[in-house]
Formats: sequence, structure tokens, C-alpha cells
Amino acid sequence: MSNAESSSVKSTAVQEPWWMRVLLIAVGVGFLLVLIGLPLSAVFVEALHKGIKPYWQSLLHPDALAAVRLTLIVAAIAVPFNVLFGLAASWAIAKFEFSGKQFLLTLIDLPFAVSPVISGLVYILLFGAHAALGRWLVDNDIQIVFAVPGLVLATIFITFPFVARELIPLMQEQGTEEEEAAILLGANGWQTFRRVTLPNIKWGLLYGVLLCNARAMGEFGAVSVVSGHIRGETNTLPLHVEILYNEYNFVAAFAVASLLTILALITLLLKSFMEMKFATGKKRH
Amino acid sequence: MEILVQNINKRFKEFVALDDVSLPIKSGELIALLGPSGSGKTTLLRIIAGLEFADSGTIILNGKDANQQSVKERNVGFVFQHYALFRHMSVFENVAFGLRVRPKETRPSKAIIREKVMNLLQMVHLEMFHDRYPSQLSGGQRQRVALARALAVEPTVLLLDEPFGALDAKVRKELRHWMRKLHDDMNITSIFVTHDQEEAMEVSDRLVVMSNGRIEQVGTPADVYHTPANSFVYDFLGNYNEFAGVKDEDGVVHLTEVDVEKSASTTEKSGWLHRHPEIEKIMAKIAPSKTLDHAESLPAAEIVAPKQLVGQKVTLFARPHEMIVTKTPDANEYIIAKVMHINPAGPLVKIDLERLNGRPLQAEIPKNVLDDLNIKKFDTVFVRPKETKLFE
Repeated sequence: MSNAESSSVKSTAVQEPWWMRVLLIAVGVGFLLVLIGLPLSAVFVEALHKGIKPYWQSLLHPDALAAVRLTLIVAAIAVPFNVLFGLAASWAIAKFEFSGKQFLLTLIDLPFAVSPVISGLVYILLFGAHAALGRWLVDNDIQIVFAVPGLVLATIFITFPFVARELIPLMQEQGTEEEEAAILLGANGWQTFRRVTLPNIKWGLLYGVLLCNARAMGEFGAVSVVSGHIRGETNTLPLHVEILYNEYNFVAAFAVASLLTILALITLLLKSFMEMKFATGKKRH
Repeated sequence: MEILVQNINKRFKEFVALDDVSLPIKSGELIALLGPSGSGKTTLLRIIAGLEFADSGTIILNGKDANQQSVKERNVGFVFQHYALFRHMSVFENVAFGLRVRPKETRPSKAIIREKVMNLLQMVHLEMFHDRYPSQLSGGQRQRVALARALAVEPTVLLLDEPFGALDAKVRKELRHWMRKLHDDMNITSIFVTHDQEEAMEVSDRLVVMSNGRIEQVGTPADVYHTPANSFVYDFLGNYNEFAGVKDEDGVVHLTEVDVEKSASTTEKSGWLHRHPEIEKIMAKIAPSKTLDHAESLPAAEIVAPKQLVGQKVTLFARPHEMIVTKTPDANEYIIAKVMHINPAGPLVKIDLERLNGRPLQAEIPKNVLDDLNIKKFDTVFVRPKETKLFE
């Protein structure tokens, strides 16, 4: 028996009867349509149901533009910070042995475990007017909660694990031999990092950044607590959607929501592209 | 460059990796560190390179205390078992790496780097592959790139950690001959770690046999093979047969199997064809009242009794190729054995034998001898070691 024959025999052996296949596929597709496809298209239907003009008007409203700007600012601070932290933490965890490593890993996972609302609340308790630190800040005219710094802090906390969690397993799998080889060839620490470590984790890092960014822009819970909801000042996109919705301004709410949806779709596209790259990058060794 | 390893100790938590290891290495030597896994050979290599630090002891590289030197200053070339090539760089960039990372003042110009790298690639016969990536090369090619990369920085010592361990048998053989030749051409002090005794024997000037973090023996391949220091070294260097023996008052050793056998006719059971008269005399001394053929009538306690004269009991070893196999015994002592398997591949025919007492024996004899004897599976043959080793 040839190879082709034996493999075809094998594959029919593990195949379900046709009606079972149809049923399984129908269930899968049905769930996707009802739970994801419908709501997603509803966003665009609602946003555009009064025509393209009101849609543009809601997007170009000063408050909406302010929300876009604020979201971009918060992400622009939180993401680089977490890239730096993620790189440092995963480098330390994957390439060195030290005591307390497990504790550090647990700490990194903490934001995943804690409800986002609690994460926001923590900053209110710490920097709010009722706390000693908060009073000192007020006295010195430094505003943290109900202002941009608070939004940034809460976002950093929430997006803390994304880069590190992506890089740690990757770096652990790659081991330390290439770095050792670089050092033995006379490279210093920075050269080793830039020329050997960084290129090896490039795609994993970008992937982490992408997820981190998506979360930073889309975060609602923690940001909602520290924001104070001042229109045009401390409203990020998700918060702005909520305000508009609560005011029964559906077209505007869904128009802004459609921005977030588009962001999500772009993220998904980039993610699948990177996963493809990532997989081929992994094969190379 | 001369390397002095002095009283190195290294522990990993409870595990003693190196236990007071000292080893002088002469300039230009090719040294093999040979031992089973866990014997500490790789740890020693990594300590010399500066990748690992000893708990105590010193490494002296060319008269300078290496503890005071960084990895960079030691100027060693290191080749890893799994190559550790930079996977995102081409072959050319891999080899050029050590030159490119030099500080501006000492970094050669682009043209010089190019020339040097291409020369090295030519030396390892890979100049055609300079723009390939490591993943596009075979294992043997990757290891040659790794070697070229290590040599690019003109190291004073070359350290190789199981360099051929991940390669298949044929490539291994080719590469080790090539490495020996390379070493003779470049004359750079080299240390390589291996667990393959054949490889160590074939390539090295001197080999260092290690076990459990200690050095068992240091010597030329011939020394170590022909005069192993102890039974560990003997065991590690190849297959062997084991025989019980006794030593007489004059220190002469005779083969006997009295400690193994427990019942029936000892002679018949152990498979000795007959005993030398001298042995009968010794056995009479050990168990004066009885002759060996009547061992079955001895009470258990009395059988043990001769064992207490342990000063006289010894274990002898013989390699399979040191066995004489015949179909018609002469006046010598022989062991009677049955042929269980014949493997005629290779210059010597390997014969698996089983003694009457069930113990296995191995013999290796030239093909023509086998043909002359006309030995077949399940034949009964007569076997005798022509040379034995004794460790006290």
C-alpha cells in the first residue's frame, strides 16, 4: 500500500458521518453569527441608519475628537511604558535565576486576576482627596485622579501583563546560548541585547504591543473609576460612548463605538498577520 | 596558550559538579574531556570560558589569573553542542559578528571583515553558503559555521562542548578528522568535551577521563587504553568480560569461578573445561578438606569460608577482542560456551556467547578465523582470555 493510500484510510477512520459534520459546522457558525456577527453589524447599522451625514457629524463633534485625542495620549504613554517593563521583566525572568522569581510572575499576572473596577478604585484610595498622599498632592496642586495622569496609571496597571506574558515563554524557549555566544565573541550587554536578543523576539514583542494597545484603547472599567467623566477633558472613547448612550444619543454613541470596532478589526487583522510571521520565524532554527 | 586548572570546586545546590579538579594543559595541545553525563566535564569547560564561576580554585590562562578577567578578556573561542548560531543572521553575518561588535578603534574596516570572513568560510568549505540562514543548513554545516565564527576573533583557546554530539555517525567521523587536521594547521590550544570514547581516542593528544566531578585518569589515548588506572576507566573505554580469579601466595593470578557457583558439579556448571593443576592446589589451600568438584557437598557456611580469604580473591577483565575462541580445546583451561548470536559486520566478527552458568560472554575474532573454525549459531565452543586486566 502506498503512503497516500494509507493516509487516506487513516483520515476516513477518524472522520464523522456527513450529518454529524453538517450539524457541528452549523452549530459553530450559528453561534458565531448570533453572538459576534450580529452585534458587530448592529454597531454599523445603528451608526449609519440616519445616513452618512449625522455619522460624520457625531465623529467630528469636539467632544468626540477630544475623546479620540485623549485615548491616543493615554495609549501613547501606557504602551511604551509597558514595553519597557515587559522587556525588562521577561529578560530577567527568562535569562536569569534568582529567588522570588515565582513571586514576580504572580505579580505580573495580578491585573488579570483583579477586577478592573478594583484596579481603578485602588488609585482613588491612594491618590484621592481622602488619603494622606492625595491631600499632599492637592496641596501641591498636582492632580492625579480625575485627570490624565490617573487615566494613564490605571491603563498601565490594566495592560501590565500583555507584553511580559507574551515574551517570557518565547525567551524561555530560546534559552541563553545565543547570548552566551555573543558575549564570548566580545559583545557587550547592549550589543547582545540589540543584535541578538531583540531580533529573536521581534514578532513576539510586536504581538504583545498590539494586544497591549488594543486593551489600552478599549479599557473601560478601571478608567471609568478614575476619570470623573468630564466631557472633553477626561473622557476616553469607551467612556464617551457610555455618556452618549446614556443620553439616548444613539447615532452618536454607535458612531463613536464604530471607531472602536474598526480598531478591533484592524487589531485582529494585524494579529493574524503577525501570528503567521511569528510561526515562520519560529521555524527558523 | 597554557591553561592551568587548579583545585576547582563547584556545586549546584547539593550536587557536586567538580570536586577539587586540577589539570595542567600545555600550549598547543588538543585535550579531550571524556566522561558520562553528569561527570562535570561541561561544567569545567564553562568555568574555563568564564560562563560559570567556580566556588573555589583558580584558572590560570597564560600566566594570568582568569578570575580577574571578564569573558571578553579571556579571548576564548567557544563552540556549543547545539551550535547557538544567531538564527536571524546569515552565515556571513554570524561569522562577522565578533569583528563587528568590536569598539570603533579596533574594529577592522568593512573590506577587511569581508575578506577575513570569506577566508574563514573557505576554510570550513562553506563560501558558497555565505548568504544562507542557519535554518537552511544541515547539522554538520551549522557546526562548521559555529567553528568559523569562534575562530573569527582569533581566540587563544578553543573550547568545544560536545561539538559533534548532535550529528549523525557519518558526519561525526568526517568532522572529527577535519577538526584534528584543522588543529594541526592552526596549532591553537583546544579542549573538547565528549562522551564518545572513540571520538576522544581518535582526535585528542591527551584525554582526561572524568566521573562524578573527579578526574579518573589523564594520559595519551594509548596510555589510557592500554593501562587504565582503574576499573571505571576500563569500563568506560569499551566492552569487557569479567572473570573471578584467585591469587596464590606468589601473587600469580588464576582464573576460577568458585564464588559464583553454588551447586552441582562446579566444573560442569561454571563451564570450565578443566582446571589447571595449579588452581587445584590453591583451591585445596582455600578449602583444604574438599576438592572443588565436591563443592555441592559443602554446607553453605563453608562455601562462604573461602571468601573470607578475600585478599586472594580478584576480579579479572578482558576485552572481547582479547578472547580466544576454538572448537577443539588444547591443554589450556577453557570456558565452555554456546554461540547465541554472530554479527559479521565490521573488521572483527562479534560473537555473543552464553556460558553454562547462564552468564554472557562477548568475543571478537577476525572473519577468516571464524570461517576456518566454521562456527555457527548454537554451536558449543571453548573460550579463553589471552590477556586479562586486574585492578587492585
